[in-house]
Amino acid sequence: MPIVKSLRVIGNRTVNAVWRTGYATRFFVMTLFYSGPSFKRFRLIVKEMFSSGVMSLIIILVAGMFVGMVLGLQGYETLKRYGSESALGSLVALSLVRELGPVLAALLFASRAGSAMTAEIGLMKATEQIAAMEMMAVNPIARVVAPRFWAGVISMPLLAAMFSAMGVFGGYVVGVVIIGVDEGSFWSQMQASVDFQHDVLNGVIKSFVFGLAVTAIALFEGYDAPPTAEGVSGATTRTVVQSSLAILMLDFILTAFMFQGA
Amino acid sequence: MERTTLDLWVGAFVVAGLGALVVLALKVGNLSTYNVSESYVLQAHFTNVGGLKPTASVRSSGVLVGRVTSIVLDTERYEARVTMSIDKRYQFPKDTFANILTSGLLGEQYIGLLPGGDDVMLASGDEFKKTQSAVVLEDLIGKFFTSTADAK
Amino acid sequence: MSAPLVEVRDVNFAYDNRAILKGINMSFHKGKLIAIMGGSGCGKTTLFRLIGGALKPTRGEIRIDGQVMHELDQQGLYDMRRKMGVLFQFGALFTDMSVFDNVAFQMREHTDLPEEVIHDLVMMKLHAVGLRGTHDLMPAELSGGMARRVALARTVALDPMLILYDEPFAGLDPISLTVVGQLIRKLNDALGATSVIVTHDVQESLKIVDYIYFVADGVIVAEGTPDEIQASDKSFVRQFVHGEMDGPVPFHYPGGDYRTDLGVTA
Repeated sequence: MPIVKSLRVIGNRTVNAVWRTGYATRFFVMTLFYSGPSFKRFRLIVKEMFSSGVMSLIIILVAGMFVGMVLGLQGYETLKRYGSESALGSLVALSLVRELGPVLAALLFASRAGSAMTAEIGLMKATEQIAAMEMMAVNPIARVVAPRFWAGVISMPLLAAMFSAMGVFGGYVVGVVIIGVDEGSFWSQMQASVDFQHDVLNGVIKSFVFGLAVTAIALFEGYDAPPTAEGVSGATTRTVVQSSLAILMLDFILTAFMFQGA
Repeated sequence: MERTTLDLWVGAFVVAGLGALVVLALKVGNLSTYNVSESYVLQAHFTNVGGLKPTASVRSSGVLVGRVTSIVLDTERYEARVTMSIDKRYQFPKDTFANILTSGLLGEQYIGLLPGGDDVMLASGDEFKKTQSAVVLEDLIGKFFTSTADAK
Repeated sequence: MSAPLVEVRDVNFAYDNRAILKGINMSFHKGKLIAIMGGSGCGKTTLFRLIGGALKPTRGEIRIDGQVMHELDQQGLYDMRRKMGVLFQFGALFTDMSVFDNVAFQMREHTDLPEEVIHDLVMMKLHAVGLRGTHDLMPAELSGGMARRVALARTVALDPMLILYDEPFAGLDPISLTVVGQLIRKLNDALGATSVIVTHDVQESLKIVDYIYFVADGVIVAEGTPDEIQASDKSFVRQFVHGEMDGPVPFHYPGGDYRTDLGVTA
């Protein structure tokens, strides 16, 4: 009976998905619960900030620069039609600070640092390092997962801020230096329209939430990966796909909350 | 515990990140206009504030002199009470007009101050007596139709 | 004879109704080196994980130092594990730490020893396995045999009373194999510990261990000292020890009729 069979498959998948969600939730709670030791030994977090934050710097800075330059170019072309080239500064800054900075930096972070985290933890599991730690009476969630989690959560807003700042600089280079928009109106229009609390701070909150989501997904996928080469590579792919989707969905939800009607 | 090159890198990373935040706050955002100068508070009542929002700018002769801090409905007069904080460097006469204007055809709404000739200046907590509400497009169209109908 | 350090009493274990172990009884005395042998997939590793407390038996109990493993809570289990050393298959060295940090790992996690003391202790442990010179290398820079010896140094870092070895000889060249075998024996005697080796490497084990259990299909099929095993005339033991191709462990996986599978039945 093919119908019965496919129904059974669907049912199994659903049950599995719910099961996994529960497991992921417990994993996340455990990570928070066992975070104490990593703050007592902050060095553990610093070490992981190097591999997730510092190692993502180049890609974030270069990408931010180019995104800003594209915004400068496209924005100018569009604004010119309405004779309001002077608004270029606010267009570049607002789109970066509110949306593109947090979102693109998080997407890059997911594919650069998130996938690396998944692969690292997956390999640690495949080579029994996690089990070895467990047998040494050291909790791997406290020792391996929690420091990476907090390193990611701390790094993400910093990376997003650098992305936005770099983007504004890129927009300035294209708009003011190359095209020749008036420098004074570029900055003053920008400052007049970008509000610290409403735009900059909300952007920081967004990137903080994205950092939470990306690292939580990456760590869980790594921890849950089947301990084989295929298992780890599959988990790495899932990390990038799932965290990208999570970033975009969360962005919609957060934007709806932050910028409704205000 | 000793210092390592790793600490240097992470330190540089954190400093650069915080630096970027400061740039965003001061150079890109308007935090500099919030706190750098001291301010005083003025109020105004409008029959209709239109699309005016908190943090909207207050300008005089096009110069940014302050910001709207809150907009509430005054239930005694059933009018909107707008509170704004004005830079201490700028003083305005008592008979200054406060108008809600729009920057450009589709731009944001702001409060424009048109100073009068009075010798007495507004002090903190005072109110602009002369105000002009936002122009609401529907009213404008409505007026246009009634006036053309009267003309017939 | 004193009470054994480890007692395995009538242990049964099943994954999803598939019985892996059926009524295993073993006892390991202090100071002894014991080997658990059997073909691939006979439940050795499961037994190993049961002794380490990573799994709970479906029936029966495992007592270590008088305490029943599956009755311990998380803290009790962790306390027990601090007295145990485990060498995993292929070493399981932490790839993101240097050799020194690997050996120092447990000392840093579980003790408040000052860094100078840890340094000396790590050097002593590394010296014992002959690899003091590798302390600032990363695990990826070591050969397989060296990595195994570093893992050995890490296993005995806190002078455990019980050491478990999961396939310590897997994938080693003949020289490294002898070295690791001799080290296991020497470390056990030097620490006065009890060691359990789970392995399928008969020849090397026979040289170093005191007692051997043969496990097949979830039951103990033979046990004895190396001499008794060598002299055993049980067909399974003979096949295993001498590496014969066919015997009680059949070469052919049970299947249908050969001719039917080939489609040549008339």
